[in-house]
Amino acid sequence: MTIETLGLTAEGCVALLDAREVSCRELIEAYLERIEAHDGELHCFLHTRAELALAEADRLDRDGRSGLAGVPIALKDILCVRGEETTAGSRILEGHRPLYDAGAVTNVKNAGLIPIGKTNMDEFAMGSSTEHSGFGPTHNPWDPELVPGGSSGGSAAAVAAGFAPLALGTDTGGSIRQPAALCGVVGMKPTYGAVSRHGLIAFGSSLDQIGPFALSVRDAALAMQVITGLDPCDATSVALPEPIDVPSNEDLRGVTIGLPTDLLAQGVEAGVRESFDATLQQARDLGAEVREIALPTAVHALPAYYLINPAEASANLARFDGVRYGLRLEEAGDTVTDMYGRTRSHGFGAEVKRRIMLGTYVLSAGYYDAYYGTAQRARTLIRREFDQAFADVDVIATPASPTVAFPIGDRIDDPWAMYACDLFTVPVNLAGLPGISLPSGLSEGLPVGFQLIGPAFSENRLLAAAHALESAIGFDPVPLAYRVGG
Amino acid sequence: MAISSDDVLHVAALANLSLSEEEVARMSEQLSGILGHVEALQSLDLEDVPPTAHALDIENVTRADAPRPSWPRDEVLDGAPAARDGLFRVPPTS
Repeated sequence: MTIETLGLTAEGCVALLDAREVSCRELIEAYLERIEAHDGELHCFLHTRAELALAEADRLDRDGRSGLAGVPIALKDILCVRGEETTAGSRILEGHRPLYDAGAVTNVKNAGLIPIGKTNMDEFAMGSSTEHSGFGPTHNPWDPELVPGGSSGGSAAAVAAGFAPLALGTDTGGSIRQPAALCGVVGMKPTYGAVSRHGLIAFGSSLDQIGPFALSVRDAALAMQVITGLDPCDATSVALPEPIDVPSNEDLRGVTIGLPTDLLAQGVEAGVRESFDATLQQARDLGAEVREIALPTAVHALPAYYLINPAEASANLARFDGVRYGLRLEEAGDTVTDMYGRTRSHGFGAEVKRRIMLGTYVLSAGYYDAYYGTAQRARTLIRREFDQAFADVDVIATPASPTVAFPIGDRIDDPWAMYACDLFTVPVNLAGLPGISLPSGLSEGLPVGFQLIGPAFSENRLLAAAHALESAIGFDPVPLAYRVGG
Repeated sequence: MAISSDDVLHVAALANLSLSEEEVARMSEQLSGILGHVEALQSLDLEDVPPTAHALDIENVTRADAPRPSWPRDEVLDGAPAARDGLFRVPPTS
């Protein structure tokens, strides 16, 4: 039978496999064919692993499978896979083959999910458009002239384009939720610590978290079941207090939704606000109560984030120096310091150098307390205000992105305009909370993302609320361009 | 706060980056712009507010004090740009 991968969920794949209507090999072949046909235009993948994926499919076809086994998954190229090229979107790591699998990758493999390829991203996850990749931008499946968001743009676009029903990304300041919004798919950033960061190439260590992209909230929950859990190799990982449930509820009775009016007043595109308000009305229709809340310091989250994040990044990226892995540039007569400078200046792109410079500056003698110290104190206030808000409401709602997808090239030369994409997402990372973005409709033919934020370890609450809304909204995640004529 | 070319060169040296003249000029302008945007933080009353380094309060996570094998040296050095005699090779320090 012909398998239409566009709009096919992981649950849909499992149903086909369970009924033995298709084999694992046929399923993987269908996805590989679609990638072959359309990724030339979109550039979601830095590399695919056709032979390995088909060999894993054959093994499942021979030995038997259960659960999600046999379902393909795309992996952001910042996740280490043993023996397979992992670049974090950077020329400085071109050809780098890690010695081990990331904890989340081990979990994915143990579940029998089949990694189908490594996806494009902003270099070292620094960006909100995937234009900062060292290997060229990814294009939005809804309109190839637009960005897919970032930094996990390749993963978001791959799911929207029918290249994989599931993908993993990472979210340091919105890098899952914002591209999910711009590509019309579901994206979840788990509570800090819920997913092991072992083998995730570090960017902002107190902020980074791995999470799933999916075509449905239920699929996102299934992926969360696979990737979450304590890992002895990541001392900041924790066991979830309760297992992840796959949601099935259809109403929001008894749920109180907080509306952070001061944050929303910071500027939301009219079409995004319209969709957001319509979704809030649907939430009320489903039985939710909507209540205004105050998060006065959250409006300062963006400046605090863009001090803390570069500070952590500048320390983490010191390890790329041409000694242990990746690129080295060395000329006759070089000292080791010359070699470091030559290698790093050539291997890193403009945004990565900007963040390293900013981070080094704000950590340097004389400026530490005025910048980094101040940002860390503001972070405390932001955490406290979330705690206070969650004493009164169950979840908090904002748009996931203040705008829909924007044209490639529009913000690339204006760093702060790019950073402003993260207005509604960075407060969540600063506080270590879980957040989910689900498509709430279209504005000017482009997807809008609706974000729900919950207290630490309230993943089940968020997934349940998102599922009820998703059912009421009835969004079709297949990009308009692909609906006519297939 | 304006970041001068000298500031940029000083920080670049700390960060082991060699920047071209054009990069120094652009960095000076862009870093000044970004730091202008973060000035807003100075309006917050942060006296007596402790800093947050980490969102979750986890302390003293230890693993079992049990020996386990390290990575095989050959495999680790295979990924290095240059190695000799079982060691990473680098240019002279001066």
